[in-house]
Amino acid sequence: MAASQFAATEETLHLNEGKLRRDLWMRRVGTIGLYFNPVFAYFFLWAPIIVLVLFSFNQSRSVSTFTGFTLDWYVNIFSGVVGAESRFSTELMLGSLRNSLIVSFSATAISTVIGTLVALSLARFNFPGKRILDSILFLPIVIPEITQGISLAIFFNTVFSYWQTISGERIFPGFHTIIIAHVVFTISFVAVVVRARLSDMNPRLEEAARDLGANEWRTFWEVTFPLILPGIVAGSLLAFTLSLDDFVVTFFTSGVGTSTLPVFVYGLLKLTVTPEINAISTIMVMLSTILIGISLALQGRSAVTRG
Amino acid sequence: MEALAERRKRLAGMLLALPAALWLLLFFLLPLAIVLIVSFLTRAPNGTGELPFTLANYERVLDVFSPVLWRSLQMAFLSTVICLLIGYPLAFFISTRKRNWVRQFCIFLVILPFWTNFLVRTYAWRVLLGDDGIANNFLLNLGLISEPIQLLNTQFAVIVGLVYGFLPFMVLPIFASVERFDFRFVDAAHDLGANDLRAFFEVIFPLTLPGVFAGCALVFIPCVGAFVTPDLLGGTSGLMIGNLIQRQFGGSGNMPLGSALSIVMMVIVMVTLLAYVRLGTRRS
Repeated sequence: MAASQFAATEETLHLNEGKLRRDLWMRRVGTIGLYFNPVFAYFFLWAPIIVLVLFSFNQSRSVSTFTGFTLDWYVNIFSGVVGAESRFSTELMLGSLRNSLIVSFSATAISTVIGTLVALSLARFNFPGKRILDSILFLPIVIPEITQGISLAIFFNTVFSYWQTISGERIFPGFHTIIIAHVVFTISFVAVVVRARLSDMNPRLEEAARDLGANEWRTFWEVTFPLILPGIVAGSLLAFTLSLDDFVVTFFTSGVGTSTLPVFVYGLLKLTVTPEINAISTIMVMLSTILIGISLALQGRSAVTRG
Repeated sequence: MEALAERRKRLAGMLLALPAALWLLLFFLLPLAIVLIVSFLTRAPNGTGELPFTLANYERVLDVFSPVLWRSLQMAFLSTVICLLIGYPLAFFISTRKRNWVRQFCIFLVILPFWTNFLVRTYAWRVLLGDDGIANNFLLNLGLISEPIQLLNTQFAVIVGLVYGFLPFMVLPIFASVERFDFRFVDAAHDLGANDLRAFFEVIFPLTLPGVFAGCALVFIPCVGAFVTPDLLGGTSGLMIGNLIQRQFGGSGNMPLGSALSIVMMVIVMVTLLAYVRLGTRRS
């Protein structure tokens, strides 16, 4: 009886050893996989942009073999009309850049003010309809851009043609329509960022100011506002970036002569692949990198002042 | 006195919210309501809508356009699954790095390409996947193919573009979930005899599901509504709902039909959102 008991234990031991070996093998496969995946993922994320930048400096027009370094394509962009691309001229490009800046600065200014106000309201006050407003505010973030674009296009079309029938004058889409549209989707982002900042804030600070005799107005300007300012700045930078980058909504709300840079670039790159477009794209990559650099620097500084 | 202060506060809150509420009401909700109305109108000769009301647009959407509708959903679903397969291990890898700055740097490397203009990022794939692009050249040099194969203007290209465009939306919520996960649960599972595979599928994965759900919703919704990606990479074979909607505007368009298409798209988005909220609340 003792012998059979011993045998049984040995059998389970063998079984466990097999299982252990399998488990260890599995762990090795898992570990390799865990290290291989990021290599692949980062390659996937970065390769397209690196290739784009690299081939904007390529001597030949080929996009698969690098034959030598040149700045020709950059010179071309800024030297007036580019060869066969009659759609392209330096003047048009700079004009669209100017339009982009007009739109983004205006939309950012409006949505920063309105977004901050609504964030304050939602974070500090209670009133009927607050929950509904809260969920409506979140909608422009999730509704597909194309829906927002075409709904505004139909809306403006309807309002403008109605206006024409009652007053006889025709209004055309332009900066005003693009700015209105950009404010719609940037308000939500400003509100989210500022509200996060408000809820991070210690409410005792406001109570203390009031206890010391400051009225609401003074409490706001001397306590709340300085404390949430970094949030407002971060929110407006986010709004500016989103507005500057937006293509879809702008595409449906812009009129003749008010194309922004993304709309202009879309017109180019829909047609062909040329080294000049690679060069413009590279400049846009550089610009957004600089913009992020600035915003990170600002946030870094605000983190220091917070601490 | 107390009641008066309370009323004043309520009024102040409403006043502060008023500009945003008005803006959204006028330029967001009202336009959506108009789209809903136009979607029931008849096409006027100039492409806009006119009376009488009709259901014909929806009939056409479900009849003529159901192949494209169905294909868009399939492509969006496939892109979401691929994002999950790439994004989960990546998020897991990043959030299990020991040093804080390494984690921050790895996340930064995911977000940075994402801040490049969407058009430019999509265009980059046109460069890579073209007939004389790097992808074809690479395959030719390996001897896997004898002549360039068509990669651009296919559904494959669109899915690659969608995965590329929205991968960070998958990585970030999962990263947040795994970072909050307490790895002592894994030790406990091991002590109880579970191997790594079981520990992962029975402990880690279920507890990081909120991040997975959030990531899937955040990827699936913009994929369903995609317009730029199929437009630049898909040609005619990779057409999606977004392209159909766009074609109904301008020149020889059909605004009521375009409106019906976008209402259907909105319904799909809303259903996805509701499913996400349901799953989220059930788990918590």
